[in-house]
Amino acid sequence: MSLLTKKPSFVGGIHPADNKLTRDSEIKDIAPSGTLVIPLSQHIGAPAKPVVEEGDNVKRGQKIGEAQGFVSSPVHASSSGEVTKIGKFRHPSGNEVKGVKIDLDGEDKSVDFKEADPGELSTEEILERIQGAGIVGMGGAAFPTHVKLSPPEEKDIDTLVINGAECEPYLTSDFRLTLEEPEKIIKGTELIADVLEVDKVYFGIEDNKPEAAEEIRSRASGSIEVVELPTKYPQGWEKTLIQALTGREVPVDGLPLDIGVVVQNVATVKAIWDGVRFGVPLTERVVTATGTIRNPGNYRVRIGTRGKELIDQLGGLPEGRTAKLIDGGPMMGDTQPDQSTPVVKSTSGLLALGEEAAVARDSSPCIRCGKCVDVCPANLLPTSIYKSVESGDIEKAEELNTTACCECGSCTYVCPSEIPLVQWIVQGKSEIEKRKE
Amino acid sequence: MVSNQDSNYRLSYSPHVHKGEKTSEVMRGVALALLPAVAAGIYYFRLDAVYLLLTTVLASLLSEALMQKVLGREVDLSDNSALVTGLLVGLILPPEIPLYAAGLGSVFAIVIGKQLFGGLGKNIFNPALIGRAFLVAAYPVFMTTWTKPAGYDAVTSATPLAAARFDNVMTPLSRLFLGNISGSLGETSALALLVGGLYLLAKGYMDWRIPCAAFASLLGLSALLWGIDPSAYSPPLFHLLAGGFMIGAIYMTTDPTTSPVTKSGRWIFGAGVGIITVVIRVWGGNPEGVMYSILLMNAFRPLIDRFTTPAPFGGGRG
Repeated sequence: MSLLTKKPSFVGGIHPADNKLTRDSEIKDIAPSGTLVIPLSQHIGAPAKPVVEEGDNVKRGQKIGEAQGFVSSPVHASSSGEVTKIGKFRHPSGNEVKGVKIDLDGEDKSVDFKEADPGELSTEEILERIQGAGIVGMGGAAFPTHVKLSPPEEKDIDTLVINGAECEPYLTSDFRLTLEEPEKIIKGTELIADVLEVDKVYFGIEDNKPEAAEEIRSRASGSIEVVELPTKYPQGWEKTLIQALTGREVPVDGLPLDIGVVVQNVATVKAIWDGVRFGVPLTERVVTATGTIRNPGNYRVRIGTRGKELIDQLGGLPEGRTAKLIDGGPMMGDTQPDQSTPVVKSTSGLLALGEEAAVARDSSPCIRCGKCVDVCPANLLPTSIYKSVESGDIEKAEELNTTACCECGSCTYVCPSEIPLVQWIVQGKSEIEKRKE
Repeated sequence: MVSNQDSNYRLSYSPHVHKGEKTSEVMRGVALALLPAVAAGIYYFRLDAVYLLLTTVLASLLSEALMQKVLGREVDLSDNSALVTGLLVGLILPPEIPLYAAGLGSVFAIVIGKQLFGGLGKNIFNPALIGRAFLVAAYPVFMTTWTKPAGYDAVTSATPLAAARFDNVMTPLSRLFLGNISGSLGETSALALLVGGLYLLAKGYMDWRIPCAAFASLLGLSALLWGIDPSAYSPPLFHLLAGGFMIGAIYMTTDPTTSPVTKSGRWIFGAGVGIITVVIRVWGGNPEGVMYSILLMNAFRPLIDRFTTPAPFGGGRG
C-alpha cells in the first residue's frame, strides 16, 4: 500500500495493549464431560420453548428448544446424555434464564445430520436450514442470522460485509478460525452473498492479522475483497467497520440494512456453511481461553460447557491469581461471579484477569479534559452525558444522543479521573427507554 | 446492577482494562512542562524568582488544603492541581512584586477562582488568571512595575509591549525569543515555554487544537494589520513572542476544566483568545490583553460547548 493511500478507518478509537497471547495456538477440541447447561435464550428475540422433559435422553444435535416465532432461534443438545433439570440458570450476561441441564453419558452420540447441496436449494430452504441449525450472530450480538438475511422487500441490499476485525484485546478465536478454516468461511460467505443477491462482498480484518487476510485473499479468487484496516479499537463495531469499508454511514438509531449493507461475523459464516451444507446445528464454537488460565489457547468448546469444566480441563486457575472472570474480552465482556456460567453461542472468550488488572477504581472529579470526546467512535460527548445522567437530567441526556452509544468503553478506558463513563451512559440509555414507555 | 456478594470473583461493569493515566499524572506533567520557564525565570531574575515561586506555590497549596477542610471536603493535594496553579500564578507576576501581594494572588486564585466554584473540575475561570486579575485591581502599581533581568542594574523598565505601544520602541525578536527582557517572571522566554509545550504535546497532556488556533488567529490578525500599515502596527512575530501570549496560549487556554470539550469548540476557543488578545493590545487601554482574552473566552466556554455539540456518528436526528 502506498504511503499516500490512507487506510480507511474511523474518527476516535483507542489502542489498548492487544495481549493476543493465544495468537499462535491452534484450535484444539475440548471433550464434552460432566454436565452441560444450555440456556434456551442465547439470542435476541423470544426464548426457545423446551421440547424435552426431565429424564429424557438426548443426543448431540437433537433439538431441545423450539424457536418461538420468526425472531427466535432453536437450541440443540451439544452432546449426549440425560436431561436432569429444566429451570433457571445464570446466563453469562448476568440474567437468570430458562435452560436445560444435561448429565452427559460420555458417549457423545449424535443424531444423523442431513447433508444438502446448497446449489439445489431455494433461498427459502437455505434460510430454513440456517434457522433450523440455531445460527445466531456469534460476534456478540446473537441476533438470529436468518432474520438478518431476510431483509424487508423495500431494502435494497447491495453489499455484504464479513467482520473479521476482532478488535477486542486478548481474543483470537476469529483469527484462528479464519486461518484454519478459510474454505468454509469463503463458501459460507459466497452462499449468503447469493441469498442476499449483493454485488459486493468485503472481508474486513485488522492489519495485525496479515496471514489470515492472505488466507482469504489467496483462496477467494476475487469474489471477496479483503481489506486490512488499521488496528484500532473498536474497528469491529458494525458501524465503524461499514464506514471504513464502504464510506457509508449507518444512520443514528438505524441499521446497516438501511444503507444496503448486511454484516456477518466470520464464526457465524462458518456456522452457516456447516448448517446449510452438512445440516450440522450450532452446538460448538471456538473460544479463546486466556489471561491467568493455565494453558491459554483457542478451543473448540461445546455450547453449554460451564466455565469450571473448561478451566479444569486446561489445568485450572493458578491459586489466588484471578480476580475477575470474564465472558468475552476485556473491553466489552461481562464479569462472572463464579465458574458456573456456560459457554453460549456468543461467547468468544473466557478471560481470567489477575489482581493488577481488576482492582476497584476510585474515581476523582471530572476535569473536563475531553479525552473521552476524542476517542468516542460514535462522536458523542461522554463527559456531558455522564453529568446529565448523574444529575437526573434525562432530557438533556437524550439531546446529547445518548442512545447512539455503542458501549465500546473507550471513554472509560482513557478517563484520567477513572469515572465509569460508559456505565453512566448505559444507565442513561435505559432511563431514556423507560421514559418512552 | 452488579453486586459482589456471594461472588468468588469481582463483578464490575466493562471495560476491565484502563489506559492507566491519571489526573494527578497529567497535572504533574503540566508542572514538569513549566520547569523550563521556571529555570528561565530564575536565570533572568535570580533570587527574586525563587522567593516569588516559593511564595505562590506554598500559598496555593496551603489555601487549597485549608479550603478543603473548611468546606468539608477531603483534604487532598495529590491531584497536583494546586501545585500547577501556584506555579502559574508566580510565573505571570512581575518579579519584584512584594511577596505578601503574590501570596494573596495565590489565595485568591484557589479560594475564589476554584474552591468556591466547587473545587477541581468545577471552576469556570482559570484560577491563576483570577488571582492575577485580583492583583491588577488591588495593586495596580505593583502589577505595572517591571524590572530588567539580572545583569542590568535593577531599574524599572517598560515591557516590550508597553515600549512598542507607548514609546514606539521595538524590542529585537531574538531577545523576546530567549527572554532577556522585562516582563512577568515566566513569560519572558518564548523558547522555554515552547520546550515545555512540546513536552505536553508529546505526552498527550494538552489538546493541540487550542494553541494551534490561538497562534494562527493571533498571527493572522496581526499580520493583516501590519500588512495594512507596518508603521502603526507591530509585526506578527512580535505579538507572538512578546508579553504573556506564549504562556497563556500554551498553559492556560489548554487548562482542561476551563476550555471546551468539543473538538470544534476548541478551535473556536483558541481562535477567540488570539483575536481578542490582538484587539486589546491594539485598541484597548492596556498594552497587554492575554489575561482578559482568556478570561473572556472562559466565560463563553459553556455557550461554545453547547453550540458545538457534534452530530453523532450517522448524522443528526431527522
